[in-house]
Amino acid sequence: MRRHAVAYGLLSAGALLTVFPFVWMVVTAFKPDSEAGAMTLDLWPSAWQWENVTRTFQVAPFALYFYNTFAVAITVTLSVVATSLLAGYAFANLRFAAKNVLFLLVLATMMIPFEVALIPNFLIIRGLGWYNTYAALIIPWCANAFSIFLVRQAFLGLPKDYFDAARIDGCGHLRFLLRVAVPLVKPTLVTVALFAFLGSYNALMWPIIVTSDKDMRVVQYGLTVFWGEGGVRVNLLMCASAIVILPTVAIYFAAQRYFLESSLSAGIKG
Amino acid sequence: MNEWFGLLGIVIASASILALRQPLVAILDSVLERLDSRFERQVWCRQSDTAMAVTLLFPGLGILAVFGFAPLIYALYISLFDTRAGAFAGPGNYVRAWHDPEFWGGIRVTIYYAIGTIPATLLLSFGVAWLLFRIGRGRGFFRTVYFLPYVTSAVAAATVWRVLLRPHSGYVNALMEALGLPTQLWLIEQRGVLHLLTNGWIGPEVGPSLALCCIIAFDIWHASGFGVVIFLAGLTAIPRELEEAAIVDGARPWQVMTRVVLPLLSPTVFFLAIVSAIKAFQAFNSFYALTNTARSTDTQNLVIYIYSQLYESQNYGYGATVAVCLCVAIVGLTLVQWRVLGRWVHYE
Repeated sequence: MRRHAVAYGLLSAGALLTVFPFVWMVVTAFKPDSEAGAMTLDLWPSAWQWENVTRTFQVAPFALYFYNTFAVAITVTLSVVATSLLAGYAFANLRFAAKNVLFLLVLATMMIPFEVALIPNFLIIRGLGWYNTYAALIIPWCANAFSIFLVRQAFLGLPKDYFDAARIDGCGHLRFLLRVAVPLVKPTLVTVALFAFLGSYNALMWPIIVTSDKDMRVVQYGLTVFWGEGGVRVNLLMCASAIVILPTVAIYFAAQRYFLESSLSAGIKG
Repeated sequence: MNEWFGLLGIVIASASILALRQPLVAILDSVLERLDSRFERQVWCRQSDTAMAVTLLFPGLGILAVFGFAPLIYALYISLFDTRAGAFAGPGNYVRAWHDPEFWGGIRVTIYYAIGTIPATLLLSFGVAWLLFRIGRGRGFFRTVYFLPYVTSAVAAATVWRVLLRPHSGYVNALMEALGLPTQLWLIEQRGVLHLLTNGWIGPEVGPSLALCCIIAFDIWHASGFGVVIFLAGLTAIPRELEEAAIVDGARPWQVMTRVVLPLLSPTVFFLAIVSAIKAFQAFNSFYALTNTARSTDTQNLVIYIYSQLYESQNYGYGATVAVCLCVAIVGLTLVQWRVLGRWVHYE
């Protein structure tokens, strides 16, 4: 402990700098209006104004934003898990023509930056008549190459004997997938689900582009327009930010192991 | 009020699926059994699993084809059109980009941003990971803290930074005043940071603006946790015997670092350098959330420029042209990094 005093000092200083914006956010969220807007170094509010939370929900329709966000993010997450499970299994365990070519094509989409597809995708969505609909927010994100790749790698790691044994017992591919393969690759599936959920929850550019209706806004977009529409009430703005941050931080603390593993499995990408 | 019922509905639906998962799996099981036997009966399935493969691949690959592949070709196609006039323009859009100062300004901002964020993020996260690796107790706690910004949405975190950096009543300017330093305009300061630091010796248009530096600082803060976790995993994977052997042979701490640790860690550095370069060229959320109501060319990177061509000018053809250029830049940069850094990477 003693000989690491310098290390602990540096790490603590860095940690303080890292969390300071969050601490300031939470404290300011509950300040009375007069104190929140003032130029001051005082952190602590003279009185904790808890009703700022209800006020935030009254000033902007955050309940609606959350409903949109969760409806979209949960659908996207389930769909990504389903599509990558099926495609990953096909690439790992089935025999069919042109398998390697198809898999290379899937990998190639991983290299295409999102921006180059932005304008064409917007035109495709508009051409399909999906502008301002949930379909536009959900369907383009229901499959991605990286998730298919991760699930395929996990399936390749399973011993072939498992399938042969199940086969002898009269189990087909689909039942094997459900009963044997899925339970064995659960950590990978959780990782895929986390990536999908966070990606959808934190998305900003795509919702701005394919929706204009106020009723279709998701939380991230809602937060950026709140700056103008809320008349810059600093305490309510911070309250809104805290509310937006809360779900992901809650998931982070609940599933920390998977979080760290998922950022590590991103390492396979290189 | 409806949206509250909707949220409640989502919670109830998720809870009931979780509670009923065993009977649901049982139902699914019998359905799949029937499907399986139907696939088996297909005569042309005896030799390969083509019928099943097509069924399993269709949903995922269908979406990838429509929203992943087709757009790439479509982008190249519409970049040849003046979409506002509805006429074929050939290479016209590319010529226009060549002569467009805003396009070059976007490239300049993108490059400043990449140079500002990548080395700093790598060094900082390596330093933190190294310290975390050295200390025994509290490693998990500090790792949790340092990773925290990375899991929060960039938009929400940027909103906090934006309030902290407000020119008139922001906390940072209050701090500057308390320390006797001149207050700054921060995110709306268009003058170059070198101009401000040298008291006007260097022209205001040279180098990145102070606003851009604030965005860079924000992203270093926001993204370093990712590097810390990756570096820490890399450091933990290094066999301790190698370091100990070097120390026994009389290597100094600095030599252990440069001759043993860094070469063994080079695949991690290589991976992080490539990923963060790609991310730097694609940055949007932090730029948008930190400056959206006060945008000016000094904080407009190529992605924001593409976005404004699409969203504000409805100039699809020209926007696609800029996007194609960005795509070429990203692929080119990745290949160069692969060549240059790849030679230095040490694989066991």
